[in-house]
Amino acid sequence: MKRVLLVAVIALAGCGANDAHLTVSAAASLKQAFTAYQANDRYSFAGSDQLAAQIRAGARPDVFAAANTKLPDDLYAAGLVEKPKVFATNRLVMAVQPDSKIDALGDLGRPGVKIAMGSPDVPVGSYTRQVLGGLGPKLREAIMGNVRSNEPDVAGVVGKVTQGAVDAGFVYITDVRAANGRLKAVELPPPLEPQVAYAAAVVKGTKHPEAARRFVDGLPGASALSDAGFGRP
Amino acid sequence: MRPFTALLAVALTVALLFLVIPVAAIFANTAPSDLIHSLGDASARDALRLSLETSLIALAVIVLVGTPTAYLLATRRFRGRSVAITLIELPLVLPPAVAGIALLASLGPQGIFGGHGPQLVLTTAGVVVALTFVSAPFYIRQAQESFAAVDPRLMEASRTLGAGEARTFWQVAVPVARAGLLAGGALALGRALGEFGATLMFAGSFRGVTQTVPLAIYERFATDFTGALALSAVLVAISGALLASVKLAGRRAFA
Repeated sequence: MKRVLLVAVIALAGCGANDAHLTVSAAASLKQAFTAYQANDRYSFAGSDQLAAQIRAGARPDVFAAANTKLPDDLYAAGLVEKPKVFATNRLVMAVQPDSKIDALGDLGRPGVKIAMGSPDVPVGSYTRQVLGGLGPKLREAIMGNVRSNEPDVAGVVGKVTQGAVDAGFVYITDVRAANGRLKAVELPPPLEPQVAYAAAVVKGTKHPEAARRFVDGLPGASALSDAGFGRP
Repeated sequence: MRPFTALLAVALTVALLFLVIPVAAIFANTAPSDLIHSLGDASARDALRLSLETSLIALAVIVLVGTPTAYLLATRRFRGRSVAITLIELPLVLPPAVAGIALLASLGPQGIFGGHGPQLVLTTAGVVVALTFVSAPFYIRQAQESFAAVDPRLMEASRTLGAGEARTFWQVAVPVARAGLLAGGALALGRALGEFGATLMFAGSFRGVTQTVPLAIYERFATDFTGALALSAVLVAISGALLASVKLAGRRAFA
């Protein structure tokens, strides 16, 4: 609730000032790319599901950008946002410390290995479960049995791995790149790799519809996104 | 009514409305049957059990170490005393995220003491550590004030009559200060029950192991608002009951 209020306050503050600074609710994994894309906007980075829930509860940012297409589509169906646009792709990987001996998905099932992942409702957690769903039941259960934390967003997973609290976590390749060498990516077997697509939408009722549309329309192919490691849709 | 009194009354009304409406909305937003139904959820019960267990253990640790600490600070003057008091109170004003970082930097796997002893991150013991860190100052501060308010003549009389330091502490200081000690304990317990940020950063979130009620509320917010409301309602009820019992205990002690 506090976060809803906070977003509302930021949104109100944004309306008061007459300098079309946009308020953007964006997936935690977009932090580096978006702050490079338009540095002057007001960002709220969190799990996409939390941000979508805030919009459902009445928060009105100008733009919503999620780490999947489902959440913006659902908000569109509910009449809360304009038609979403797919603007980037990403890849789910395992993140480990640079000196880690873990180099395959199968290693995560070994006894004593500690794992962090996103909670089931946040996109990164749902992609992760999709991957594990493609494994045999024995390995899947072994891996799930090694999970020590279900984090509310991907930033939490990154933090748990960089701090050494866990041995491995499921994050996006862009998170590993943003960690500047403190993390190493272990790729997933290609047949298991999920399709990770990001979609953004202008939130209905925005005070700056033009600026918000420009923001969304400029995203596909923006250099800030490709520099951060995102793919073109 | 005089104008000044009217002004004060307006301020009181505004304060009451502002503080009470959000809490009341938790109960007004949902039918009681829905709330009770949501609590039937096993993961909600896990979170409640874990929150109560970890908070009570943290409180026990705080009382055990904090009571003599507070007594010392209240009854002795020594070099560095005010520095010690300030340091103890520091966690009161730290944002929970800073507390989480501080715990990781000290007791985390890469922290300065991290390589030694049992791992605390992502464990139930880690939750207790986080709760103890953020709530201890609430108890120690209150306990120190209560010990300082004990009439020194009572303590002197006790010693003059032949009671030793320890006996004076147990049979005079603690009973006389008990209302304040109870209030401090309740405040610390309430703070522990509500802890969120430090717990998430240091202990993570895993059902039955580290997912306390505030973490469960945050997780539910996105998908199950009714469930989040139900857990919030329970926290409000517990905290309200704590506060009320402290007020009652205080009244009885001074009666």
